[in-house]
Amino acid sequence: MTTNYTALYEEHKKLGASFTDFGGWQMPLKYSSELAEHHAVRQAAGLFDLSHMGEVWVTGPDAGAFLDYALVGKLSAVVDGKAKYSLICNADGGIIDDLIIYRFAAEKYLVVPNAGNTPTVAAELAARVKGSGAEGFDVVVENASDATSLIAVQGPNAESILLKLTDDSQHELVTALKYYAFTEVTVAGHDVILARTGYTGEDGFELFLPNEDAAALWAAISEAGAGLGLIPCGLACRDSLRLEAGMPLYGNELSLEGNPFEAGFGAVVALSKEGDFVGKEALAALKAAGAGTTSGRRLVGLKGLGRRAARSHYPVLKDGAVIGEVTSGQPSPTLGYPVALAYVDVEHSETGTALEADLRGKAEPFEVVALPFYKRAK
Amino acid sequence: MAKVEAGLQYSEEHEWVAREDGNLVSVGISAVATDALGDIVYVDLPEVGSTVTAGETCGEVESTKSVSDLYSPVTGEVTELNSAAIDDPAVINADPYGAGWLFKVAAVSDGPLLSAEEYAAKNGGEL
Repeated sequence: MTTNYTALYEEHKKLGASFTDFGGWQMPLKYSSELAEHHAVRQAAGLFDLSHMGEVWVTGPDAGAFLDYALVGKLSAVVDGKAKYSLICNADGGIIDDLIIYRFAAEKYLVVPNAGNTPTVAAELAARVKGSGAEGFDVVVENASDATSLIAVQGPNAESILLKLTDDSQHELVTALKYYAFTEVTVAGHDVILARTGYTGEDGFELFLPNEDAAALWAAISEAGAGLGLIPCGLACRDSLRLEAGMPLYGNELSLEGNPFEAGFGAVVALSKEGDFVGKEALAALKAAGAGTTSGRRLVGLKGLGRRAARSHYPVLKDGAVIGEVTSGQPSPTLGYPVALAYVDVEHSETGTALEADLRGKAEPFEVVALPFYKRAK
Repeated sequence: MAKVEAGLQYSEEHEWVAREDGNLVSVGISAVATDALGDIVYVDLPEVGSTVTAGETCGEVESTKSVSDLYSPVTGEVTELNSAAIDDPAVINADPYGAGWLFKVAAVSDGPLLSAEEYAAKNGGEL
């Protein structure tokens, strides 16, 4: 497998980042302390390079109908300028990836898959253009990931930082931007797609732009944010932030072997939308069988009552018997106690259920709690 | 590059040993280990009065990212724990060779230990 580098790799090296492989990409794990970076996002602002994420354009007269067929959600119903979370499933209802889809116009959508899944998602979308009938869809699928960078500014000071870098005439575009909406603005002289989305549980923005502008924009945001507590942040704190926010990570909570219902994403599956879609039959059968509610397993939040954290793949126990498995877990920097996401048998998934996690041979008490673990004050 | 403190001895598992009076030694973990672990949030140490055995696990060190076993670099009876490090494990990251020491042992024998130079060479550390 070849190693991929983002357009900002040299910037990260200059900042003294430690790197990790993530989905085939050399990405900054942390620059200083992952705890300091985590707290900066919760209390001020953090700057992330997310250029490992994919960008796949779907354009053409049938763009909406095609995405309705290729994905589980009803993307044709999304309003221009809005984003929507969705899943791409296989014919068995297994999850190929989770995605955010941005609708620019009825004939123009941007699909953002996870880093390591981008080639698979782009290939799947291309393969699905022929549809299930004889007609096929009049769309073009173009994977622009190699030319596109993605920079995120997350945290309560994110808006103030962006206002410092945008022209007065565009301030209202920024301040009026709602969660899961996007617009096109000029930030520090660079034309970007600015989306109010994120993976941290805080207010914040994600900025898409051409690779050649990435280093200059990164520098401009760093400078504008320095007085507002902004620091560069790596993937280590991105993981602890998303876990506190109860957000799934593909490969941990979501997989080909799993299904949307047990992951708590039943509402994302639009079984009633018009026409066929990939996975429809299997997903309808899973829903009818009560997957994730009356049968099988369910993704839940666990709060540790001790100090030790449960980690991915640790067994979850009820009265000594294995009834589930942890998918993500670590000590929560914000809350001060261990948190975990775990799949457990549905009969033990109720909030308040007392369970244990097998922490390397020793059972420690955990309790099922409602998600998210952390919710920002509005 | 992680700092390796001169004058200490080191185990393969990244514990350091400092000789104090007589057979008394203090034990901690190296900056190579703290760098790899990231921010430490919890440390589980052997009890005072218990016997630790060189090369065997005697506790664990947990960071936001991962958890690692703590191996005793010497055999003997534990005489003292660093309660400051238990209360606030951040001191282990901040000062791994000083205020971040972990426990003291009345050592009767040592496991295989490396000199600071050998340990630094093996782990890409900086003396």
